[in-house]
Amino acid sequence: MAVTSAEIDSQLAAARPPLAKAALTLIRQQPLGAVSGLLVIVMILMAVFAQQIAPYDPIANHYEFMQLAPSAKFWLGTDQFGRDILSRIIWGARTALFIGFSCAFIGSFAGLVLGVTSAYFGGWFDLLFQRIMDVFLAFPLIIMGLAVVAIYGTGAQNVIIAITIPLIPRCARVVRSSALAIREIPYVDAARALGFGHMRIILRHMAPNCMAPFLIMLTTFLGQAILLEASLSYLGLGVQEPTPAWGLMLQGGAEEYAESAPWIAIFPGLAITLAVFAFNLFGDSLRDTLDPKLRSR
Amino acid sequence: MYRYILKRLLLMIPTLFGAAVLVFTLLRLIPGDTCELRLAGSGGYFDQSALDICRHEMGIDQPKLVQFWHFIWGIVRFDFGKSMWTGQPIVSEMAMRFQLSMEIAIVATIVAIVVAVPLGTISAVKQNTWIDYMVRAISIAGIAMPSFWLGILIILGLLIGTQYFLGTPWMPPITYTPIWVDPMKNLALIVWPAIATGYRYSAVATRMTRSAMLEVLREDYVRTARAKGLFEKLIIRRHALKNAMLPVITVIGIEFAFLIGGLVVTEQVFNLNGLGKLFVESVTNNDYSMTQALVMLVVMIFLFVNLLVDILYAWLDPRIRYR
Repeated sequence: MAVTSAEIDSQLAAARPPLAKAALTLIRQQPLGAVSGLLVIVMILMAVFAQQIAPYDPIANHYEFMQLAPSAKFWLGTDQFGRDILSRIIWGARTALFIGFSCAFIGSFAGLVLGVTSAYFGGWFDLLFQRIMDVFLAFPLIIMGLAVVAIYGTGAQNVIIAITIPLIPRCARVVRSSALAIREIPYVDAARALGFGHMRIILRHMAPNCMAPFLIMLTTFLGQAILLEASLSYLGLGVQEPTPAWGLMLQGGAEEYAESAPWIAIFPGLAITLAVFAFNLFGDSLRDTLDPKLRSR
Repeated sequence: MYRYILKRLLLMIPTLFGAAVLVFTLLRLIPGDTCELRLAGSGGYFDQSALDICRHEMGIDQPKLVQFWHFIWGIVRFDFGKSMWTGQPIVSEMAMRFQLSMEIAIVATIVAIVVAVPLGTISAVKQNTWIDYMVRAISIAGIAMPSFWLGILIILGLLIGTQYFLGTPWMPPITYTPIWVDPMKNLALIVWPAIATGYRYSAVATRMTRSAMLEVLREDYVRTARAKGLFEKLIIRRHALKNAMLPVITVIGIEFAFLIGGLVVTEQVFNLNGLGKLFVESVTNNDYSMTQALVMLVVMIFLFVNLLVDILYAWLDPRIRYR
């Protein structure tokens, strides 16, 4: 009995569980992962629709409403310039996620390509490359960030550069070790025998097979990048006022006013913690799903 | 073993050289130099000749390669020279701050280990009970919480707590007193930043202890020990924990590097004059010589801690033999 490929496709589609059912399985098997996934979605919505959700202008100063405690009018209170903290946190999600996603994606993609390339060529190239990566790894993250910001100045774009550079070797190292195993699998030999170029083998044949470590690094980086962005902004080396950013909200007098208006210090920090928490947990459950061997019982 | 250590020490040289090249290049890429900053900082107009004299004094009018050679030659002789900003010898500028930062780092590490090992063990032994869930929640929160925010919360808690119980708000001291001069005053300063940085540290180590313990507790020799009728306490302490320590030590070693980075932020929160603050200052002042020395110091600490971890590995697990 001859079966056409169209028939196989339709049978496969019927066998695939519907989206709702898949979501239900996920919730049952990974309750924490589902909660963190929900948090991530909420944050993305906050970032995208900040304009519509935020009750007040995050930048405008209102000197008649300075340092007001949380109330029905200002849910999370106001800061020392009379700006609504809730609105600034909502807008801050845009800054945090924009920088977080940019850094994580660029960093892990560059790491993926470099790691696979290093493993593919092997030999002295690999050795030299690994020593260079060692140097970058020995450089503490924040020190690298400080130097880059000092060179290019502050601002979102430069913060992204500052955070991305130290992330690259971290991903490259992890990807390299799994690419080393992949290099020995016959299909790479087959691709070589077919006369494919180095670039094609690296990008089309090897890189897609390093997806598991790549995705794990990507989600880990998301949390780390958000944390680093907050740290740099807190040191005054990240994005600048009046841009709403969580780290920056803690810098501008959060300590000075800590006693009289603790909400200025508490809520932005809570936002950072929740965001990083959600991305980390999401990454954990992703790892469990992708790599059952690593399942954290 | 000694040959291995020697080999590792020799392998540090290229990494240190790479770090030297990296920091040298990065610093020279920063627009402006310390002379411009210093002369502009005193206000008003300054002429080119003053700038030239200053640059000549600092040696930054020489070709880049010559400057690099002086820098490397200085490291080889352990002579870091003088700070370009303050004019003081770098070693004496660093000494006091190094003491403060290292003490925080060490106390934070002790806090981390003392908290992590018992918590992680209990969590693994009582897997899937409320104790386990609580420990996991605390450790996940520790990884997500920025250390500077925890620092702010600690200060806030201290202020409100002392106001409530003692009637007057109390703040930890800002000036550093060496521990052998006045231990109480010293610890009153050190403990809070150590907790702020140590929390994340202990959270990572707790998670590692837990998962390593879970793995070891399923090993055959643990079952044998149970079959022999050994006390459960003894099994956990002697048989399981010892074997679960290897990955924990690795994580503690890796996190030590994070700790140094974390200090940059924590010292800012507690307004401490440590290495982290010195680092931020010297980068913003374009103080080449000081920044270079600090980076080399940090990289060296990182490499030595890594080596120490590997040696400890062989000592703890006799199956591991380095050649």
